Amino acid sequence: MKSPKRALAGGVALLLAAAPAYAAWNLNLRVGVTPLSRDIYNLHMIVLWVCVAIAVAVFAVMIYSVATFRHSKGSTPAKFDHSTTAEVIWTIIPVLILVFMAIPAARTLVAIEDSSGSELTIKVTGYQWKWQYDYVEHGVSFFSTLARRHDSARQVGSGVDPRTIDNYLLEVDNPLVVPQGVKVRVLVTAADVIHAWWVPDFGMKKDAIPGFINEMWFTAEKAGIYRGQCAELCGRDHGFMPVVVEVKPRPEFDAWLAARKTTE
Amino acid sequence: MSATTESLAHAGHANGHDHHGPAKGIRRWLTTTNHKDIGTMYLVFSLIMFLIGGGMAMVIRAELFVPGMQLVDPGFFNTMTTVHALIMVFGAVMPATVGLGNWMIPLQIGAPDMALPRMNNFSFWLLVAAFSLLILSLFMPGGGPASGWTLYPPLVLQTGDALPLAIFAIHLAGASSIMGAINIIVTIMNMRAPGMTLLAMPMFVWTWLITAYLLIAVMPVFAGAVTMLLTDHFFGSTFFSAAGGGDPVLYQHIFWFFGHPEVYIMILPAFGIVSEIIPTFARKKLFGYDSMVYATASIAFLSFIVWAHHMFTVGMPLAGEMFFMLATMLIAVPTGVKIFNWTATMWKGSISFEPPMLFALAFLFLFTIGGFSGLMMSIVPVDFQYHDTYFIVAHFHYVLVPGAVFAIMGAVYYWLPKWTGHMYDMRLAKLHFWLSAIFVNVLFFPQHFLGLAGMPRRIPDYATQFADWNMVSSVGGFGFGLSQLLFVYLIWRCVRGGEKASAVVWDGARSHGLEWTVPSPAPYHTFDEPPAVRGGEMHS
Repeated sequence: MKSPKRALAGGVALLLAAAPAYAAWNLNLRVGVTPLSRDIYNLHMIVLWVCVAIAVAVFAVMIYSVATFRHSKGSTPAKFDHSTTAEVIWTIIPVLILVFMAIPAARTLVAIEDSSGSELTIKVTGYQWKWQYDYVEHGVSFFSTLARRHDSARQVGSGVDPRTIDNYLLEVDNPLVVPQGVKVRVLVTAADVIHAWWVPDFGMKKDAIPGFINEMWFTAEKAGIYRGQCAELCGRDHGFMPVVVEVKPRPEFDAWLAARKTTE
Repeated sequence: MSATTESLAHAGHANGHDHHGPAKGIRRWLTTTNHKDIGTMYLVFSLIMFLIGGGMAMVIRAELFVPGMQLVDPGFFNTMTTVHALIMVFGAVMPATVGLGNWMIPLQIGAPDMALPRMNNFSFWLLVAAFSLLILSLFMPGGGPASGWTLYPPLVLQTGDALPLAIFAIHLAGASSIMGAINIIVTIMNMRAPGMTLLAMPMFVWTWLITAYLLIAVMPVFAGAVTMLLTDHFFGSTFFSAAGGGDPVLYQHIFWFFGHPEVYIMILPAFGIVSEIIPTFARKKLFGYDSMVYATASIAFLSFIVWAHHMFTVGMPLAGEMFFMLATMLIAVPTGVKIFNWTATMWKGSISFEPPMLFALAFLFLFTIGGFSGLMMSIVPVDFQYHDTYFIVAHFHYVLVPGAVFAIMGAVYYWLPKWTGHMYDMRLAKLHFWLSAIFVNVLFFPQHFLGLAGMPRRIPDYATQFADWNMVSSVGGFGFGLSQLLFVYLIWRCVRGGEKASAVVWDGARSHGLEWTVPSPAPYHTFDEPPAVRGGEMHS
């Protein structure tokens, strides 16, 4: 049974070699730029390595059995058909491993659900197929829609090569702007069907449900532009309502907010 | 098919078991009450649905081959993902296991037929009606269902005329499943050969018994949920609309209370099949039979208290998230027991690698990979990242394709000589296995990477950073799809003829179940007189 894996590795290697220059062979979760996204990443790595360790042990026994106890090698079958000791051991050890994983998971979960002490509240409303952002304390509100150039490029038969467009499908007309290093509370809701607001670098996604308000928070520690997408099927153009968040240093954010207020 | 019919009938006469042979022509199939005929019809139906659903998967992978929209409208793309899933779940995997159950349960417990043969016929033909409606819904004004197979409101209520057709299709398929389940329970409870106690039954029978209870418990729940959608849409009720005091998330709770046990409805019979195949080709008794039964029952019980892990992002209270996380993690324990027991069955066995064993071994490795990603997703904080991405797509395809579907193919390769009386082309079957096993990994493994990199599921076009793995995945998809044509060809050839199969068929099958005591092909009527079974002997 090593062969399918070996063949897979070979096939993947072949395709890797043939990969075009724009290649982005991402393999893993992003660490992100918030304390929560880092905790989540670490948790992901713990669970992943636990799984890899178990897989190595279990698959080694399977591969050894398949390689050794072969009819063609004249192996004679043993008569045993149970062993209480073995069965107790392989029930208890998994339980211990699960407890080991559950403790850090529970700790992170409690932190995720604690949105107290936020300095800025933004209400996010999902529409088919755009986002609305309300800076609740500041009376600033605007819509955020897929950038027009991207929208025309993504039509069937547009003749535009997506590779010629930077951040294809992940660009909007008006990005959400938030201050760096500030705990931002996000209230998520929707006006028509269910959507989900997600920025992978912030580590969180939350469903936007019409008639209900969900809550999440993030503290972006690094300035920059972060991109995500709607993550709940919301109809025909579900794939075309990106989320773009610009994290600015506090003074720049304040200036942006003041300018925005005067235009409203 | 006609060749089988004749050979079945001849074998029946030759053995003096045949009181009245099957009717001639189409009437045989319309009116049959014979469990073997009905089993065959279920299996053929499932194969046709597998090809139709697979065709839809090809459309999906073709559109996703490179970034940009080349082939279909985004709305039609959503219809493809939706109907692909509905067909594969309700039309391919479930009917395949029902077909195997119909064929094999009476043979394995020494019963002459199913307990309720006329209802058996009705269950099958209802399924045909159900899927005719579903496929018809594709051609309705407003397009086919496009809200995902989970049919979440409010989105699903935007469906055009396809909505009532899809819902009635689900009602009919659900009624068919419930009747099938009742039939299986009544048969197993009442028609076992003398001496075959419950804890002497083959594992396949055990897993089907538990599956049948799951079906009866949850199919009505699903029927209730979709009926509420129907009244919300047509009769002004507001079960799922906040504007009228309802809650869209209520639907998700009801749906997944059905949906999670449904996952086990698809996988438990697969567990049973693997528990039949491995002992035969390891030439050793199944390790830990009793703990296998208890583990299956525990998984079935746990399946009722983990449903909300499908919806961690809807905004549940902390206590709810904590409970569903811990309950979900617990499933790893009985599932682990099963994996370890299968491994221990092979330990110090005498293993040979005929096609059924190859598929069972691939199941063992690849289902375990799907189990690992499942465990990862039980961790709520990380699931906030994984949820609704290609990571989950990779996960459930790993447990369903190299999991359930490989087990079903293994079962077909295991019992096909018993059904047709012919051996199939071993070389071709092994080729089918290797192509499937390689391409299924090329197809689904990269989807883990796509999900982790941040690609949401159910999107027809994507950012260029996802382009490379999508192309790899599509290549795997086309390869896997084409390889299945070999499977169809091989079955067709085996039905038409081939080397004569013995009663035992497999060298290691001796003493592994009553089905190997009847001739191949199994006569039209078997076990008119109950066979003698000594307690504890027949299970593998």
